[in-house]
Amino acid sequence: MIEQFSQYFVYDVFKLSRQSQIGSSLDFFVYDSIKIFLLLIIVTHLMSWLRAYLPLEKIRDIINSKKFYGLDYLLASIFGAITPFCSCSSIPLFVGFVGAGVPLGVTFAFLITSPLVNEVALTLFAGLFGLKVTIIYAVSGIMLGVIGGMILGRLKIEKYIDNKFLNITPAQVDKNGTRIITFKKISREAFDIINKIYIYILVGIAIGALIHGYVPTGYFEGYLSGQTWWSVPVAVILAVPLYSNASGVIPIIQALVAKGVPLGTALAFMMATVGLSLPEALMLKRVMKLKLLLIFFATVTISIIILGYLFNINMIY
Amino acid sequence: MKIKVLGSGCVNCMRLEENTLAAVKELGLTVELEHIYDMAEIVSYGIMATPALVVDEKVILAGKVADSAEIKDILNNL
Repeated sequence: MIEQFSQYFVYDVFKLSRQSQIGSSLDFFVYDSIKIFLLLIIVTHLMSWLRAYLPLEKIRDIINSKKFYGLDYLLASIFGAITPFCSCSSIPLFVGFVGAGVPLGVTFAFLITSPLVNEVALTLFAGLFGLKVTIIYAVSGIMLGVIGGMILGRLKIEKYIDNKFLNITPAQVDKNGTRIITFKKISREAFDIINKIYIYILVGIAIGALIHGYVPTGYFEGYLSGQTWWSVPVAVILAVPLYSNASGVIPIIQALVAKGVPLGTALAFMMATVGLSLPEALMLKRVMKLKLLLIFFATVTISIIILGYLFNINMIY
Repeated sequence: MKIKVLGSGCVNCMRLEENTLAAVKELGLTVELEHIYDMAEIVSYGIMATPALVVDEKVILAGKVADSAEIKDILNNL
């Protein structure tokens, strides 16, 4: 139905030729935008409703209850996927976890997964790549957190955390707004999320649509293919200084994959853009020593590169 | 009454401060309102997410932007 509307709009209302590059670009743009925003509205409502019942304090206490011996990395990583994240709240979160006695490695598992996997990124994946890639992405994002957290947990890194942050008593926020959960509140929260990111998504879809319309199919196969061993590390290293919200990168990645960039390389690029960012590094620098920050970034970078290779070997998209 | 808004200066923190100001004004309270930007001081309250609202050194709200009606509710029920 959206497809028909988009085609009618582009080819009948605007009278663009079906063969023209601008026509197919605009068709992609209109179709993808409508589809993604409809999906986003539904998903953000669902997640806001879920979150209304699952505040961070409760999550911290569940992770810290030690009832999940051995599974706390996985649990922390999954919670990282559920909770919203912005780099401005990474410090309170980090300190809150560590101060409450959650092991550092487990805290890092949470911190790694949180920006990578969230409902907005997953919605965009589902809308643009389909369900299979979405599930693969979600699972690998969560595994990345688990593995990164486990490695960091082994490294005896406690001494690199500023001492004054280690002994903060967690606050008991018992009232938190005498919260009555109404649809109106949930809906407003959902639209708050969309409001913050819609511009990134539109720009991302627009760039993606231009690539779809103007770049010939198979264009990238020559030099960015799975055969060249250096394509994954180069993509990751290029991505680290770039900072973007996941929502803006995914439509571009999808267009690149459609034009011949291997999925593993593309996903590695995207994970590095989203998961390793300068603003987050600057934030974290205030609670941990530079050495730990570098270890953290190096661990995540290497894990992402390995994931990229695994995808390129196993997946023919 | 002493109210502190904890937040590093992001949009949400500013909105919480505005809403708090509005609520205080509507209730006609005389309060001392302070916005804490310093991260070390913010985390010393033990909150997990900004923005947060502290009334007389007690955290009453964290990780969400409450509207002025909600804040009025909280202040009334203290």
